[in-house]
Amino acid sequence: MAKIPSSLTLLRPDFATIAAWIRPESKVLDLGCGDGTLLQYLQDTLGVHGYGVEIDDANILACLNNGVNVVQNDLESGLSGFESDSFDYVILSQTLQAMRHTEKIIQEMLRAGKEGIVTFPNFGYWKNRLQVLLGHMPVSQTLPYEWFNTPNIHLCTLSDFEQFCHQHEVHILERRVMSGNRRITLAPNFFGMLAFYRFTRSK
Amino acid sequence: MHDSDSIGIVAPQRIYCDTPLSLESGAVLDNYEQVYETYGELNATRSNAVLICHALSGNHHVAGVYADNPKNVGWWNNMIGPGKPIDTHKFFVIGINNIGGCHGSTGPASINKKTGKHYGADFPMVTTIDWAETYVRLADKLGIDQFAAVVGGSLGGMSAMQLALYAPEKVQHAIIIAAAAKLTAQNIAFNDVARQAIITDPDFHGGDYYSHGTLPRRGLRLARMLGHITYLSNDSMAEKFGRELRTGSLSFNFDVEFQIESYLRYQGDKFADQFDANTYLLMTKALDYFDPARDYDDDLSTAFRCAKANFLVLSFSSDWRFSPERSRAIVKALLDNKLNVSYAEIPSRHGHDSFLMKDEYYHQLVRAYMNKIDT
Repeated sequence: MAKIPSSLTLLRPDFATIAAWIRPESKVLDLGCGDGTLLQYLQDTLGVHGYGVEIDDANILACLNNGVNVVQNDLESGLSGFESDSFDYVILSQTLQAMRHTEKIIQEMLRAGKEGIVTFPNFGYWKNRLQVLLGHMPVSQTLPYEWFNTPNIHLCTLSDFEQFCHQHEVHILERRVMSGNRRITLAPNFFGMLAFYRFTRSK
Repeated sequence: MHDSDSIGIVAPQRIYCDTPLSLESGAVLDNYEQVYETYGELNATRSNAVLICHALSGNHHVAGVYADNPKNVGWWNNMIGPGKPIDTHKFFVIGINNIGGCHGSTGPASINKKTGKHYGADFPMVTTIDWAETYVRLADKLGIDQFAAVVGGSLGGMSAMQLALYAPEKVQHAIIIAAAAKLTAQNIAFNDVARQAIITDPDFHGGDYYSHGTLPRRGLRLARMLGHITYLSNDSMAEKFGRELRTGSLSFNFDVEFQIESYLRYQGDKFADQFDANTYLLMTKALDYFDPARDYDDDLSTAFRCAKANFLVLSFSSDWRFSPERSRAIVKALLDNKLNVSYAEIPSRHGHDSFLMKDEYYHQLVRAYMNKIDT
C-alpha cells in the first residue's frame, strides 16, 4: 500500500473519518469531488478504485493533476452514467447542502452504490444558533459564506437529516460528529460542527 | 514557423510491408507502404511512444516543418513539441498516414505493382480495424510493445479507440477527442452528400480519373465546403463572418457576395488542389463503418469488455458534428467496465474544429493527463 500522507490526515480530519469507514480496495464514487484530494487520499491509503464527479472546469483540471479519475457531470441531472449497484460507497462530501434536488441525489447514491456517505455542516451547531439568535445568518468555518453569496440552499441539522432518512427509507448505519478534529458525543446536534453519516437502503 | 517550442525541422520516413493485409471487407492488400514521422527520442525501455491518429483530411505530418518547405507546419503543432502538452522531451511521438491516404501511404493514387497503374477505383475499402492492424505492425517494426498513449481527434479519436479494442495490450492510455462511438444518421447523411458531389462530377470517371488526365475538382470542392460547415458552429460562423459583404453592397448575381461564401470557396479550392478525391471517399466510408458495438448487439459496454487502456475522453460544448452526448456514451461504456476514465466537456465556441485549436484549458487538460503517464 502507498504512503500515508500524515500531514493531510491532520489538515483534513474529515478525510480520516471518511477513510475509516471504507474497506481497502473497494469501489468508490465521490460526488462533487472538488480537486480530487479525498479520492487521491483514499487511493493512496486504501488502494480504492474510484471516480470523482465534478462540474467545475478548474476542479476537473486539478483532478487530472492529482491523478484521479474524474467525470464532468452535473449532479443535479442524476447519475445516469453509472450502473446500479456498481460502487461499494458513494460519497457526497459537504455538497448535500448545496444540492437543489436533495431527495433525488440520495436516491441516486443508493442506486449506484451499496452504501452512501454524506458529510454536511450542522446548522444546529451552537455558534450558528447563537448568530441567528443575535439576528444574523451564521458565518463560520464550515459555513464561510454570507447570506447573499452562499451556494448553500438546503442547510439542515442532525435531527433534520435523520428525520429525512426515516421518511425516505434510508437506513443510517453509522454517525460521526466532529468539531474541528475533535469527535463530539455529548449533545452532538448542539456541539457538532460537521456531521458524517454512513447509510444504506432500508430493507 | 518561428515557434521557439516547435520541434523544428522534421522528415518523413516510410516502411514497406510485404506481409499481405487482410482487410475487414474481405479484400487483401498484398503489400503496402506507410509513411510516418517521429519526434523526440524512444527511451531505452521503448515505453514512451505516443501514436497520433489523424482525422479525415489529416496525415503523418503532425508537428514541425520541412526543411524545403518551412511553411508546411504540422497540423497539430500547437499540441506537440518540446514543452508542449504532448511533450517531445518526455515522449517519442509518432505521426502516421493511414493507408488509403494520399500523402505517401499506399492509397488510391498509388501505383498498383500488379498492374503498373494507379489503384483508382480498385483500391479496397479500408476501415479503422485495418488501420489498427497497420499501427500494430509499425509498433512491431519500431520494437514498441505498448504505446504509452494513442491520441486522436474526430476520426483520429475513433482510430485510437479502435486500436484500444483491437490490440488492448498495446495501449496504455487512449485520449479520445471530439469523437463518437458511431456515426448518427445525420453524420452519415452529410458524408453521403459529400461523396455524391465527388462521384457525380463528370471528371470522376468512376474513380479512374488518373488515367483520364482529369481531377474531380468541383466535386471535391463541394464536399469540402459542406464538411467545413459542419466543423464550425453557427455562433463561430456568425462571429467570424456574420452577413458581411465583400464589396459592401449587394450585386444581385451569383458571384461571391457574402464573406462566408468567399471563405468556403477558398477552403474548397485549396483542398481540391491538394487532396485526392478517392481518399476522401474512403475516409468518409471509414467513418460511416466505425461501430465497435455492431458485433455486440449494439451494446457498447460489451464491446469495451476487452479494453485494458486508461482513457481520457474530451468533447467540446459547441461541437454539433460529434456532440458531448456522443462522448458521454463512450464514457458510460468505459465506466460500465470499470476502466480508468476521465471526461471533460470543454467550453468552446468553435464547433468540431475546436480540437485542432489552441485553447488554454483544453491544452492544460491534455498536459496534466500526459504528465501523469508513467513511461
